Amino acid sequence: MTRISGWGRFPVAECKVTSARSEADVARAIAKAPLIARGNGRAYGDAAMNTGQTLDMTAMDRMLSFEDGVLVAEAGVLLADIIHTFLPSGWFPMVTPGTKYVSLGGAIAADVHGKNHHLDGSFRACVDWVDVMGPDGNVTRAAKGDDLFDWTVGGMGLTGVILRAQIRLRPVETMYIVQDTRALTSLEETLAAFEETLDAPYSVAWIDCSDGPHHGHSLLHLGRHATVSDLPEDTAPLDVTHKRKLPVPFGAPPFLFRGLWLRGINGIYWRRNAKRAGEKLVDWDSYFYPLDALLNWNRFYGRKGFVQFQCALPQESSAEGLAELMTEIAASQTGSVLSVLKRFGPQSGPFSFPMPGYTLALDFPASERSLELMSRLDTITLAHGGRFYLAKDARMPEAVAKADPRAEAFAAMRKQAGLSDRFTSLQSERLGL
Amino acid sequence: MSGPVLILGAASGMARAVARSFAEAGHAIQLAARNVARLEDDAADLRTRFGTEVSLLEFDALALDSHKAFVDNLPTLPEVAICAVGAMGEQPQSEADPQAAAQVIRANFEGPASVLAHLANAMEARGAGTLVGISSVAGDRGRASNYVYGSAKAGFTAFLSGLRNRLAKKGVHVVTVLPGFVKTAMLDGIDTPGPLTAEPAEVGTAILKAVEKKKNVIYTRPIWRVVMAVIRNIPEPVFKKTSL
Repeated sequence: MTRISGWGRFPVAECKVTSARSEADVARAIAKAPLIARGNGRAYGDAAMNTGQTLDMTAMDRMLSFEDGVLVAEAGVLLADIIHTFLPSGWFPMVTPGTKYVSLGGAIAADVHGKNHHLDGSFRACVDWVDVMGPDGNVTRAAKGDDLFDWTVGGMGLTGVILRAQIRLRPVETMYIVQDTRALTSLEETLAAFEETLDAPYSVAWIDCSDGPHHGHSLLHLGRHATVSDLPEDTAPLDVTHKRKLPVPFGAPPFLFRGLWLRGINGIYWRRNAKRAGEKLVDWDSYFYPLDALLNWNRFYGRKGFVQFQCALPQESSAEGLAELMTEIAASQTGSVLSVLKRFGPQSGPFSFPMPGYTLALDFPASERSLELMSRLDTITLAHGGRFYLAKDARMPEAVAKADPRAEAFAAMRKQAGLSDRFTSLQSERLGL
Repeated sequence: MSGPVLILGAASGMARAVARSFAEAGHAIQLAARNVARLEDDAADLRTRFGTEVSLLEFDALALDSHKAFVDNLPTLPEVAICAVGAMGEQPQSEADPQAAAQVIRANFEGPASVLAHLANAMEARGAGTLVGISSVAGDRGRASNYVYGSAKAGFTAFLSGLRNRLAKKGVHVVTVLPGFVKTAMLDGIDTPGPLTAEPAEVGTAILKAVEKKKNVIYTRPIWRVVMAVIRNIPEPVFKKTSL
């Protein structure tokens, strides 16, 4: 038995972890006991934890073929490996979340999204097919258009074990992003700026949810892949060098998360960046993965860990819903260091999290007070027709998840296909999926 | 340095990591194991990631009398040969059945020593080459929990040491690798202390560096050098009562 947790380090559970190195290993594991597959442990909560059997897929990390941007790889390959291997020849993931340390299988299971969702959709957009091992040990190649594909992409590993997939990468001329930062002073201004910049390939905003004088201040970061002509003459377009990682060896003291201190940090951050607003050239790693540079940044929150809250709100109720959420967070004085706001485009797949509208993501130290606040945020989100991101969830009650009618349909499908008693996670049990 | 690298016992998790390290450094790779068909995906991986030239060679570490022909028939005599052959066996079974113990000794000592002996002679004749033997810290002192495996590794470690001594003036270098805990199939279901447990990729990098810098004996992770120095120096009257 091993004590494991998700990236948020909450909850922690003793799980029997076994490792798969081949298809045969996976088949044996499925025959032995109910399980959930686990990639690189980047889901924040308990989505990839099963006390009886958690199947570590990170050793199944072989790349099987690559031609003209089309990659076939095993589920344990990390996006970081893919970038390291193919960026030097001008290829980059079509869709990437905020960490490059996510596994391919995990990215598919959570149908992750990135800063380009409003134009390109979620990870599903770049997936051609997925090989899934079912409860009987048989492998099905699920392609776009198949029911199994629809349920698997975003299905949190609950339709079977994702073995390998074919994905398409994006050709890029350089490894740089032209970033345009705008400093804004209210939620209304920020939303208006998002709507005006829908043609920007990448967009994301950092927004202040604290109760200080900077409440609602935001920095909107727009980005596009730089072409060779954007670069200074002496800059090699694709010279991928590794930046040094700064490990975060131990937890920060809890006083760091008191409201007053956070207000200070957020204010300083905004003022500093507002002064430097405008266009600049940023390398891929700093632009897409600023937090990856701090290895183990999840330890900032100390031993008790942290919980993420991420909801999506439909376009028509976004302005009102976001204002209410932000007011509630400010009043609680337990606001998070990172509050990320993002415009979503059309929903990509039937079981995908994103819906056209806005998504707000924040993290909180794992505490009673945070959990109470989050349950108030749940109520506000549901009142505005929103939904929640399972890859971030560690604590939702079943009723909240089931407010999304697709959850019940998913559970019924699982039952009917004989999946419910073979593929389970602490999350699927908690949410009745 | 860019000559071909032969990896014996190529199906293990550690061998896969070692192959990647050398492939990334620009070497052609020869993967040798029983049932080479199951190495097709590993070969594809090296080709896809690094554009490596990969060949697959059928090799049975336990069939000692096939080893000479195996070495004679290599497509090219490699610049570096790495022996990752080994099997932990089941200690209780090794205790109950001397035949099972003999199998463990054959897989971890006789087989590896035999194939390396043939490779050593070929490299000595050429006057150049590097041999790498992956042994184990378990060979540093016999313990109740795995002494059959440990004794075979002890034999292999001594063999490598002697081989290094013999070939030192013949242009052939020998590296002894002593891994502690490595996160591979061998450790499945065993919870080992984090600071003492290496990822396979770390071992791959360490072996590449050891070959390039002509190191003699390396421990992975290096902390194991200290741990094993302590364990070796516990007086026997005390040691026999411990359960390490």
